[in-house]
This record gives sequence, structure tokens and C-alpha cells, in this order.
Amino acid sequence: MTDVLMPALSPTMEEGVLAKWNIKVGDTVKAGDVIAEIETDKATMEVEAVDEGVVDAILVPAGAEGVKVNTPIARLKGEGESSSGGAAAPPQSAAPTAPPNTGEQKTPSPPPGTGGGGREADGGGKPAPTPQQTKGSPTPAVNGADRVFATPLARRIAGQNGVDLKAVKGSGPHGRIVKADVETARPGAAPEQGAASTAEPRKVQSLEQMGIPAGSYDLVPLDGMRKTIARRMTDSFRDVPHFPLSLDLEIDRLLDARVRINATLETRGVKVSVNDLVIKAAAMALKVVPEANASYTPEGLALHHNADIAVAVALEHGLITPIVRKAETKSLAQIAVEMKDLAARARDRKLKPEEFQGGTFSVSNLGMFGIKNFASIINEPQGAILSVGVGEKRAVVHGDALAIATVMSVTLTCDHRVVDGSIGARFLQAFKGFVEDPVTMLA
Amino acid sequence: MDFDLVIIGSGPGGYVAAIRASQLGLKTAIVERELLGGICLNWGCIPTKALLKSGEVFEQLSHLDAYGLGATRPTFDFTKVVERSRGVAKQLNQGVAFLMKKHKIEVIEGEARLEKGTPAPKVLIKLKAGGERTVQARNVILATGARAREIPAVGLAADGDRIWTYRQAMTAKACPKSLLVVGSGAIGIEFASFYRALGAEVTVIEALGRILPVEDEDVSKAAQKAFEKRGLAFRVGAKVTRLGKSKTGVELVLDSGGKSETLTAEAAIVAVGIDGNVENVGLEALGVKVDRGHVTTDPHSATNVAGLYAIGDVAGPPWLAHKASHEGIHCVEHIAGKAGPNIPAPIPGCTYSTPQIASVGLTEAQAKAAGRKVRVGRFPFRVNGKAIASGETEGFVKTVFDEATGALIGAHMIGGEVTEMIQGFALAMTLESTEAELFATVFPHPTMSEAMHEASLDAYGMVLHL
Repeated sequence: MTDVLMPALSPTMEEGVLAKWNIKVGDTVKAGDVIAEIETDKATMEVEAVDEGVVDAILVPAGAEGVKVNTPIARLKGEGESSSGGAAAPPQSAAPTAPPNTGEQKTPSPPPGTGGGGREADGGGKPAPTPQQTKGSPTPAVNGADRVFATPLARRIAGQNGVDLKAVKGSGPHGRIVKADVETARPGAAPEQGAASTAEPRKVQSLEQMGIPAGSYDLVPLDGMRKTIARRMTDSFRDVPHFPLSLDLEIDRLLDARVRINATLETRGVKVSVNDLVIKAAAMALKVVPEANASYTPEGLALHHNADIAVAVALEHGLITPIVRKAETKSLAQIAVEMKDLAARARDRKLKPEEFQGGTFSVSNLGMFGIKNFASIINEPQGAILSVGVGEKRAVVHGDALAIATVMSVTLTCDHRVVDGSIGARFLQAFKGFVEDPVTMLA
Repeated sequence: MDFDLVIIGSGPGGYVAAIRASQLGLKTAIVERELLGGICLNWGCIPTKALLKSGEVFEQLSHLDAYGLGATRPTFDFTKVVERSRGVAKQLNQGVAFLMKKHKIEVIEGEARLEKGTPAPKVLIKLKAGGERTVQARNVILATGARAREIPAVGLAADGDRIWTYRQAMTAKACPKSLLVVGSGAIGIEFASFYRALGAEVTVIEALGRILPVEDEDVSKAAQKAFEKRGLAFRVGAKVTRLGKSKTGVELVLDSGGKSETLTAEAAIVAVGIDGNVENVGLEALGVKVDRGHVTTDPHSATNVAGLYAIGDVAGPPWLAHKASHEGIHCVEHIAGKAGPNIPAPIPGCTYSTPQIASVGLTEAQAKAAGRKVRVGRFPFRVNGKAIASGETEGFVKTVFDEATGALIGAHMIGGEVTEMIQGFALAMTLESTEAELFATVFPHPTMSEAMHEASLDAYGMVLHL
């Protein structure tokens, strides 16, 4: 009998939606067969069978949300092996789409003063008394996600100091809570604080409490992507000191250049967009001002070697930021081809995690909607994000004369911890130089 | 850019870092001016273990009657003993060459020097084969190691004849009839143990108040007693005022509390510490921060110069091969952006004398000096079944627990094979175990390691066999 576990499809994946089963009880599967589809934070991925056997039970129904990584989702038996009978938890109770109040029904966490102790000791200084919480394994496997991984010493110190381990973020291997984490945690810290990064961003009053009666709206359930957007944007907007810098660019020459470039590329079937030019110019400008291609970390400012440009792509229900890696080294045609492919696969939710995780700078373009000016929220851990508005004919002053030019407004939102005003300004200057005189990008 | 990473020095810090770098996909080169494997493999840890094993076997042969055995008077051929040790070193040296090849690490034979460069210092190599080569890498790790400290002002320096550092002591032509060992750290004690096993009259001189001064005081005391039983002589709290050649060998004048004494012997070994190899690498011109002969580094082994890291002996104590490897691996993972959590790991220390000595974490005195209330446990091997059966009843295991939390904060052992056992306590400490986990762990019977369990129980008044 082999359990099929909820796979981690990316290093940061904690839970996912079991979107679809491709197998049913009684089917024979062999290694490599696609048995299910899983919707993670940002993508839909196929799950392949690792072992072969006959499907004995489907433990998590299709459509189940919040399925924690490593939860058993199905069970296979070998050829000729008999069914597992009552040995395992019945599929229904095993489904992790449990009612939301299970959290309160759990075995209560040990009261302060208990630790991971074993035998009681005699004599003077008493180590923590023996807790009995390990008796009888009260935590079924499906609740494994609630299990707190902490070293014995961390557990004991937490008990002594009245620290709730659920509120502590582990810095040890596999996120294990170690002594140092507990020592820096505040006693009695509310679980919400530490758990904020994994649970809903924050608690607010219900709509009813706010005067919007039930029944007056439709409730769309939060999918993985919506939760991720909510969490990441809230964390960033709350924790990162944002400030915007705006600049107007005249893009007539850029548009001319684009027409000529596209004429050249026509035979190859490649079409370069204004946004592709913006990506290239931003990457080039980051090489001129490397301080803007940086991330704040507690250990120092990380100056990135490459300009890996994350480009916001709107989806039907959300957005995702696929990355053009080393954009500074790529030709416009390369960027255009890559971007087209990334955007198409993003819309199909077929991006691999490494294709949308780990950019060093972001570009968001709402020009196609006629937006003139906006300031995006920083995409952590990046130091800045460039918001690109519409290119439109505006009255400008050249010398002392009024003239017409195609103008595009851009706003750079900076993380002030790493990108100061002058750095952001120098980046925009360099960016302006490339955009207004695109030939210089060839230099 | 020629390489992602260039490592200077191929000791246990450098070559291990190189392998890890290669595993992480970094294009890596390693520069070695002498022999792959550095001091550890060629002139340190490994060849001395070969010598010590010869000494230990020889010593056991003279106690065969205790086991109900007998043999005609055993002898030794000193040249062959040294030859065996060199053969072992050579085998491992070739092993490192194989590993470098397997992991596609370019070995550059020559002496390296650093010069200003971006994003990391440039490495100029005076090639062994002649000529010079300059390489530019994204990162450079300095792993040049250390050498025996010498104090020529009082004659504590190798003289190419009768006064040795570890290097000459390892390849002596014959076993001296009498020997003076200056310094009672691991190196001094191991050579004293080896030469004593082969019959030399050995006197060990220690400037501090006890031998093996980094070990727990109880261990120092027990060790001195055990060594004296084997015929070693000691002068502790004795400062060497002069060491020099005499007509028949060497003469050493020492001062212990104002009292002067002159010792003579056929040879002397200087083992008074280690100095980092920080010279002639170009560190001054680059402005690399060096403190008391060692490069200053941060927790990721980064120096104050961009792109330059330093690991192992050259980056400071403890001067141990496994510390160098550990730092090297973390440093490379940090460079590659793949570092796991940098949890400070306790570094065990081992001395391969007879009896052996091993320890990890704080001594009882260190813990108390740090203001911690401790619980101390002790268990002697003389009541351990396996130790009695093996005739290795010398020594004990001592544990130090933090009273407030029950954390194991130190463990100290002296006795047979304790160097093979200390990892158990190191693992327990790295996993942040308390007394409860040590109590709950099942130790196999009959083993010497049961004494580890008992010493843990003893700290809480629960010892079983005492």
C-alpha cells in the first residue's frame, strides 16, 4: 500500500488546490502517469505518479482547497494486494477541506512550563516537568500541517517563557524553530503575528458588520493566486517604505525605431512591442545604475549581477510576473519572442515556478488601458518597480515654443531602504536617455 | 571572467569548498603551491594518525599477557613506521587529485597572489611549471592555512637538525632516545604519545598551569595522570627561556615560578601554536583586515574586501580541519545563494593520544564563567562492561548541562575510542537536545558509548551503574 502525497511543486509551496483528478478508484497507474492537476499559488501543475499500482482510494476530493504539502491525497495498492479496509482514516474525514474551526478543536498546546521533556528529574533545579502530550498520537496525519517543528530546546524555552510556538517563525533547517528563534520571540505574542505570512493577511470586520447586508453581493472564493496577491501586497505595502518618482518621456523616436525594427523583423514573424523596448531600456539602465538593481536584506544590500526583469501580466482573475532573465544581454527580438511565450503560458497558468520567482526588478504597464500615471506596489524583495503609463500626444514646450510630442509618463516606486531618491532619479535619467534616444541602447 | 570561484589552498577547507562549489554549478579552480590536501592530509591529521596507530599497536603488544596472549619480544623498524605514514598521506593526496578531476575542478599548481580586481581580487599565480598566469573570478576564497608558530628569540624554531616542528617530527630518521616537547596542545601531546610508545624518554613542557589547556580541567588532570603512568614527564607552568643545540643534542632552559631548570635530550619538538599564512598573498595592498595573524571574517566567511572570503586556519581558531571544511561549505553555499540557515555548530576537538581525548562545547569552568548554572554528570569507564572486557578502563565521560533549560552545552571524554564517540554529543547539541532526548536515546549494549548515556543520567542524579 503506498500513499500518494501532496507534492511541493516549488520550494515555497505550502498548500495548493487539488484542481482535478485524472484517475478513479480501480484504475491502474504506472510511474509517470499524470494522475492529478494541482493549482498552486500561481500556476497549475500536473502531478505524475511515482509508483505503480491500482488506485485503492482517493483521499482528497477534486476541488479541495488548502491541501497541505505532504498530505496523503490518494492510496495505491500493488497488483493483487487487498484493499486497506478500515486501517486508514476514511476518505471523508481525511479531506483537508475541513470546517474552518478545526483549529480550535486541536489538542490544546501545552501550557507554559511544559517542554519536550522526558523523565522527571529529582533534586534541586527542576527541568521542565514531563508533558504527556506525546501519548497516543492525537494528531492524525492530515493535520500534519498544524504540527510545529521545533528543537527540543526551543520547545522547552518556549514553555518557560510562555512563547506560543505557533507564533514563531523557524529559521532552522526546513523552517524548524530553533533556540535563537524562541529567544527573540516576545512572550505571549499572538499567533496571528507570526502566522500572518501563511494565513489570511489580517482580520477585518465582516461586511455585515460594516453595513453591507448578506445577499447583496456574490462571494467569489479566494483561490491560491488571490491569497498570494493579498498576502504579498499587504506585506510589502505595510513593511516596505515606498516612495514614487515620476518622469515624462518623449517617445516619438522610440515609436519610429519600433516601426523600423518591426519592418526588419517581419520576415521572422517577430513583433516588438513598446513594452519590450521598455524592458530592454530598463535592463540597460539598471546596468548603468546597479544600485537600483538591488534588494534589502538584514545582512546587507544585495546588488544583483543580472537584470532579471519581472513583467506584470494580467490574467483573468489576477496577475503574475514572468521574468525575462538577463534582459540586458538579450536582443529586442529575443525579448519579444520570450515575452510572448511567457505571457501566453502565464494566461494558461502553465509557467514553471522558476519562470515567475526571483526577478530583480519589475515593470508594470497599464498604458493599454489609457492610464496616465500610477505607482505600483513593490514586488518584494525587489528594490523598485517601474509603472508605465499610456503614450499619448501632449503639448510640450521645446525651447520657448509649444510643440506636440508623444509623451509617456513613468513612475518608479522605490524601497527606500535600498533605493534612495537620488539612486531612483539616476535610474530614471538613464532610462529616459535610452527611451528618448533608442539608438544608444546599441552602444 | 575566467571562473565563478577561485580557491587558494587545497587543504580540507579549500578542496572541500571546491567540491561543494562544483556541485552547485560554479566554475571553480583551486590553486595549490605544494601538495593537494594541504597540511591535514600530507603533514598533519592523517599521517600522524598512521604514526600513532603504529605506536599504539606496538604498545599493546607489550601488554599481551593481560589478554592471555604472548609473543616474543616485539620490535619496530622506525623507517618503516614513517614510510607507512608517508604512504597513507600519498594515498589520500591522490584521492584529492581524483576528486578534483571527478568534479571538473581546475587545479592550478603554483603560488597565488592577490591584486585589485572587480568583482573580486585578481589572482596572479606563479606557476610551478614556470611562468605566470592571471585569473579573474567572481569570488575568491583564501584557504591558505597555517603553520607552526616559531619563537626564534628563545630558540623555539626548527633548526634543520635536532629541533623540530611537526613537519620534521613526522619524518625523523630514527626514534630519539630522549625528547623534549614544548607545548601540550593536541599536536605536542600526540607526538609525545607516539615517541613514548616507541620507548623514548619524553618530557612535555607547558607554559600554562595544566596540560591540554583548552580541555576541561578534569580531563587535563586525568590525562596527565594517565600519561605519567606511561612514563611521560611533565613541566607545567614552565616558561622556556632558551632552547638550543648542545654537543649531544638539545638543551632547554626553563623558568617555573622563578626557579630555573635545564633539561637535555636528543631532540626537541616545538608545538607552541599556529600562525595563519597571511603573508605574501597581497593582503596588505588590498587592505584586507588582519588581526593577530588571522584574516577577519563575518559569519559567512566574507572579508572586508568585496568578493574575497577566508576560511579555515587562516581565518582563525579553532585550527581544525573539520572547522575549515564546515566553513568552506557554508561559504560556498552563501556565494551560490544556496546557504541553509547558518546555525552556529559546536566544533568537536580530538587528541589521538593513548588514552584519547575528545570534547565539544563548553567546559564546566567556561560555562560557569559565562554565568550559567550547570548540572554536571560523570561516568568512569572503569564500571563500563565493554571497557572492562576490552581492558580499556581508563578515563571517563563528563557532561555539562545548562540547569535552566536542560540544554547539553558541553561534553568531555577521555579514554579508548572517545574520538569516535564525540560526534554523538555533537549531533545532540546541533539538534539542540536537552537531557530528555539523551535519556530517551537507546544506546547499544555493550559499548563504551553507554558511558555517554550514564554521564547524562548522572547529571540529574539518575545514574544506573554507579
